[in-house]
Amino acid sequence: MPTDHIQYQYKPGNLAESEPNKFDLQNLRSEEMIINLGPQHPSTHGVLRLEVLMDGEIIKDVVPHLGYLHRCFEKHAENLPYNQVIPFVDRMDYVAAMNSEHVYAMGVERMLGIAGQIPKRVEYVRVLMAELNRIASHFIALGTYGMDMGAFTPFFWIMRDREHILRLLEWAAGARLLYNYIWIGGLFYDLPVGFEQKCAEFITHIKPKLKELEDLLLKNDIFIRRTANVGVLPLNLAINYGVTGPMLRASGLRFDLRKVDGYSVYPELDFNVPIGEGLKGTVGDCWDRAWVRMLEIHESVKIVEQCLAKLQGEHQRTKEFNPQEFVPKKIRPQAQDFYIRGETPKGELGFFFRADGKSDIPFRCKGRSCCFSNLSVLPEISKGILVADLIAIIGSIDMVMGEVDR
Amino acid sequence: MPDFLQLLEIVKKVSADVTADEKSSPKAVIVPAADLLKVCTELYQNPSTYFDMLSCVTGIDNGVQANTMEVVYNLYSIPFNMSLAVKIVLPRENPVVNSVTSIWRTADWHEREAFDMFGIQFNGHPDLRRILLPADWQGFPLRKDYAHQEYYRNIKVEY
Repeated sequence: MPTDHIQYQYKPGNLAESEPNKFDLQNLRSEEMIINLGPQHPSTHGVLRLEVLMDGEIIKDVVPHLGYLHRCFEKHAENLPYNQVIPFVDRMDYVAAMNSEHVYAMGVERMLGIAGQIPKRVEYVRVLMAELNRIASHFIALGTYGMDMGAFTPFFWIMRDREHILRLLEWAAGARLLYNYIWIGGLFYDLPVGFEQKCAEFITHIKPKLKELEDLLLKNDIFIRRTANVGVLPLNLAINYGVTGPMLRASGLRFDLRKVDGYSVYPELDFNVPIGEGLKGTVGDCWDRAWVRMLEIHESVKIVEQCLAKLQGEHQRTKEFNPQEFVPKKIRPQAQDFYIRGETPKGELGFFFRADGKSDIPFRCKGRSCCFSNLSVLPEISKGILVADLIAIIGSIDMVMGEVDR
Repeated sequence: MPDFLQLLEIVKKVSADVTADEKSSPKAVIVPAADLLKVCTELYQNPSTYFDMLSCVTGIDNGVQANTMEVVYNLYSIPFNMSLAVKIVLPRENPVVNSVTSIWRTADWHEREAFDMFGIQFNGHPDLRRILLPADWQGFPLRKDYAHQEYYRNIKVEY
């Protein structure tokens, strides 16, 4: 091919052939029409395309079309050693990369049988980082949700506060979003000197801001009217669709893998699992989902405080401490199938590994993405509603397309 | 809460030809593909197991030499807090299995993904289309012997 050749030649039929609509225009009834939402629209939170079958203003069916951000995570993972997969794991849920790394590293450690050797300080740093990132992720969820509902100010306030977290994480890991900080068997570096103090400063700074945010966004009458009693997700439907995380808890089930599985040092920490109670409407409506996220930020702040106390007291830094001490030189698990799961801000993130015992490369590594299952319930709860409510439901699901498409 | 041996007994009542795989975590039962729907219905409905959540459906290609494919269903029971994996082995030429969408709706998209990546056919699935790849993509990328097409709409696939 000559070098001046245009690589992609646009033809009108290309879109229709590569991602055809499920509904055929010819077979529609006369009052029905198809509205295409996305993939390039801010309200779809990334590159999600929705094919909406409408009767006037009432939605009859929603068909999500995925894959616009598919980057072949699983194929990459089958060609890379276990430790080199971590940067790809970061890029799954790119607003909460620490949480994904934590689950992945934990899974490989358990397969290798070194999970018991990890020093307590390493575990506390991991949990500290994961909870900071959980706060940042919930900030994004609430801020963009407010913006979907027409409230612009909270987004700017929340991005300002999130910036402090990103600066802290950048100081520790060297990157703002994609960290590669939690390694199999340890950490990239120990915390930088003075991190604990700065982090404590951040906590005192953030506490009044949370109250401010609550009054500004969640207790706002317009916001309540847009979200309460909208997109009600009953508990049995949520479980049947494999919905997890804040969405499941908003439907009224106290189910948090940090408590249920009790991995890492979470059993030693004191925190509550908030659930949706239908304070402004019905249990499991959009407002409940936002409210559960708000409460979870408070719980994460509590966890961060406890981790800081431990990291400055019992497990404080010493000159001899080497966070890479237990990082294995050779990562070759025995032949086995292994499923690990952990609680990320969006729900249950799982990894299914098959190790063949002969190589340092996973034979199969499947990422069970929480947003993937959470999103699959969307067509079920958005029948018979208005388009404006569909936007409210999409925002309340809080999916990151990077994780849906992997 | 039943332990693994009791679970195995429950599954054996429904399907005769069951083998246990205690090496994997969570522990797994390997059932014949024809009995999958029966076994899953029993595990879902039996009051002493009640696996109400399907966490993950994984397709695995064991390669040309082994000439088999596998589908692994990771089940979880919220009331009893226990996990179980159900595995089925399929021939590589014509991998067909019954869909479990009628039991767990989670399976809907997960089975579509397995179809997309491995070409495994799920009988009784309401809407079996490609999910992550474009509809006109050729081949099944996660098969071990996959060779990608040279051009996709005049775009060179090799980078």
